[in-house]
Amino acid sequence: MSKEEFDALARTKLLAIALEWYNEMQGGEIPFIRLPTRTKANIEYDIGSEVWKYGDRESTRAATSEKGALHLLKMAYVIGFIKQQLAENRSSTLRELYYISEGWKRAKFGAQDESNLLIEDLEIITDLQREAFHLRPEEDGATVFGPLRIRERTRRGVREIHCRDDVGEAGYQIPNDVETVEFLEHDAKFVIALETGGMYARLIENGFDEEHEAIVVHLKGQPARSTRRVLHRLNEQFGIPVTVFTDGDPWSYRIFASVAYGAIKSAHISEILATPKAQFIGVQPSDIRDYNLPSDTLSDKDIDALKAELSDPRFDSEYWKGQINLQLGMKLKSEQQAFAARGLDFVTKEYLPARLSEMGVI
Amino acid sequence: MVLPDILVQVKRVTDEVFRVIVEDNGPGIVPAQVPYVFGKLLYGSRFHQIKQSRGQQGIGISAAVLYAQLTTGVPSLVISRTDAKKPATRFEITIKIETNEPDVVSQKEVEWDRTHGTLVEIELRATLAAKKRLVDYLKYSSVVNPHARIRAEIDGEVFTFDRVSHDPIPLPCPIQPHPHGIEIGLLKRMAGDSALPLDRFLVESFSRVGKKAAVEILKKADLSPSKKAKALTAEELKPLLAAMQSVAIPAPPTSQCLSPIGEELIRKSLDKEFMLDFVKAKTRPPSVYSGHPFVVEAAIGYGGKLAAEEKAIILRFANRVPLMYQQGACAITQAIARVNWRNYGISQDGLPVGPALILVHVAATNVPFTSESKDAIAAIPEIEKEIDLALKDLGRELKTFLSRRDKHKLQEDRARALCAIIPEIAVKVAEITGKPVPDTTPIEGRIMHRLVAKKGTAGGTVRIAIRNYTDKPVSPTVYDTSPDPAPDAEPKPGYTHTVGDDHTRVWKLTLAPGEGWEATYTGKGGGTLDIQGVGEAVKMVVDLDV
Repeated sequence: MSKEEFDALARTKLLAIALEWYNEMQGGEIPFIRLPTRTKANIEYDIGSEVWKYGDRESTRAATSEKGALHLLKMAYVIGFIKQQLAENRSSTLRELYYISEGWKRAKFGAQDESNLLIEDLEIITDLQREAFHLRPEEDGATVFGPLRIRERTRRGVREIHCRDDVGEAGYQIPNDVETVEFLEHDAKFVIALETGGMYARLIENGFDEEHEAIVVHLKGQPARSTRRVLHRLNEQFGIPVTVFTDGDPWSYRIFASVAYGAIKSAHISEILATPKAQFIGVQPSDIRDYNLPSDTLSDKDIDALKAELSDPRFDSEYWKGQINLQLGMKLKSEQQAFAARGLDFVTKEYLPARLSEMGVI
Repeated sequence: MVLPDILVQVKRVTDEVFRVIVEDNGPGIVPAQVPYVFGKLLYGSRFHQIKQSRGQQGIGISAAVLYAQLTTGVPSLVISRTDAKKPATRFEITIKIETNEPDVVSQKEVEWDRTHGTLVEIELRATLAAKKRLVDYLKYSSVVNPHARIRAEIDGEVFTFDRVSHDPIPLPCPIQPHPHGIEIGLLKRMAGDSALPLDRFLVESFSRVGKKAAVEILKKADLSPSKKAKALTAEELKPLLAAMQSVAIPAPPTSQCLSPIGEELIRKSLDKEFMLDFVKAKTRPPSVYSGHPFVVEAAIGYGGKLAAEEKAIILRFANRVPLMYQQGACAITQAIARVNWRNYGISQDGLPVGPALILVHVAATNVPFTSESKDAIAAIPEIEKEIDLALKDLGRELKTFLSRRDKHKLQEDRARALCAIIPEIAVKVAEITGKPVPDTTPIEGRIMHRLVAKKGTAGGTVRIAIRNYTDKPVSPTVYDTSPDPAPDAEPKPGYTHTVGDDHTRVWKLTLAPGEGWEATYTGKGGGTLDIQGVGEAVKMVVDLDV
């Protein structure tokens, strides 16, 4: 689909919402919308796509109360704004949208969370992503380094870039709108996604990508949508395995889970964001034990988070139950950079090759 | 009868010494009594008298005089006058500590501008760290003494707690002691003062003792009816007391010896001091514990300026005196905490939480305190039960108020959505779709079934729109008040009334079912729109500029 066709689709779908309200009001009816209930209780595992999606529960927002009416009014303003943005071929960040609403009097947003949620509502209703509305998030997308050639449609023309030969030490920065990037070819056996910038730089400095023919991706903590989208597409388009290497604590396991199974906030687009075949490298609680890694004691919050994960369907496997119970027994956690205690080369020469071959990746 | 006027002054003398002056317009004290009232501890005025009164043992004022004497050495000054025809007398008094007798340092007749009343001035070592509590004490005293005016000047700051009632309270009459509530000391003193034989002594000196009961008591105590009361020995008093307390005797009369404040006055004074959205008071019928008559009064206030998130304010009173300390140890507090306030729509964390105020007043001929400091009322089951009943009664009324208010809020909320926001959605949606603005009045009419009046300002024009969605003709009068002079109002108002910067335009209308009316003028809007001549339940006024 061309950009013009895509914009026209977004415009049509948004106008359809406004038109429906128009007709309701013309007919003497109170305008309303229906949306899936966006809570943990309404997240279901979809066997076909192997990801988590919204269930059947729906809620109605109608203009029968001040709150409901204001919600619809705000949505009408946002639709009006996006319509204009599409017409003028402009784009804005979610933060800018929040500030733009300052001039909307009664329809102004109280906090940015509110405008973000409203955009997610529109994504759900139109079955489009926010990029279709020319809206982008604040945070940077992933950086990628390795044997991968891409083509990006930039404002200054189309560029072809090799993610090792044509970029600096920091790698290629993926734009927020991943749809402008095409993956052309690669020489990789697998993708390795890293939680911390320190480990990302360590792998590049040690030449891990060349030695093992790996595409190295920096997740930057809890990964942004564009980062997850890239991992999903690398896996789907090239059929190469995606592995995730994080710290060894409950919060990092959740980073892995959002890469592999999706997140509640974006469950409506899990199908295109999640990589159900992604594999977890570590740091595993058994690594802390087997490599005698420098470690910290688990805090009460860590322990609560681990216990919550024991009842989380995303961690409902023998592997995770074993690892989590082991960690609860040891009461210890380690960062991925703790491998430096064995020397700077240990992680790339010893740990990762051993672990990846154990997983059958190399 | 004279209404109490009380003036309290606290003046800083040095960093650590304050002069406290309290002045009233009461009946005054005859000069011969003054030295004893102020200069002798335990000089009680109430022995042999059973009635509701502020003090009990005669410790308060003489202890203050003593404290002043011990901390600064300055004698206390008293001026008192009983009658306009008599002069005022000025005393300087200390207490002889060894003998507990007054020492009059000076006494002379003086000119005084009051025709009757008493002034006492004491200088003592103190701090004003608890100034807020002091002001609260006066404020709370004013709440339960609605007939009194209390003025205070504390370290340069002036407070006035005005009266809400001009009717003096009926004086509680003393009653005879009831056999069930008497103590050995009092019995001994009464017997010693009586010249009567025992059977007549019992009937005539005690409340509710008839001949039959007297015979039964004496039989039980194994005493002769003809024995003179005066002749009783200490050994004979004990079985007599035990017999008096075990024989069944009707409860003492309660009505005339107690002086409750009354529901109306409690409500008025709470409203004056706290400005509440809701206030209700309850005076329970009098009751009796261990031979002592008592009456419980309670009140609940809600909303207004009370803090929304904090624990409810609790005002405790015993015989019209605020209890300021040991809140947790008091039977009143415990009774409040035992009520399940959630039933009445208030959240609770032990004590109720929210913009609420709870007042409990226990009036009794003998208030059972937990200790001599008289800070907290003891847990007497009869009293706790009365407090509980009063609070639950009030709780039900509060619940009715809250649910009515919530319902009203819901209606307002709905009206705002329908009358203010839906039209805005309509304008925006029309703009997006490029169609004419849809008419949303049918939605309003279908849902509201009322007279809807809207006022809004756009582009320097104020527009008032009224539509009759009821099925009957109505004749409302529209009052539109704002700083806009609006000389160009169309249609012209019936008349315009100006007070200061505010102009009130008045239109009288008659609207058939479904009929609308509109007025416009140049202006900035704001102010208020009021519709009269239409029942509260069938009108809805919406300010579109909010």
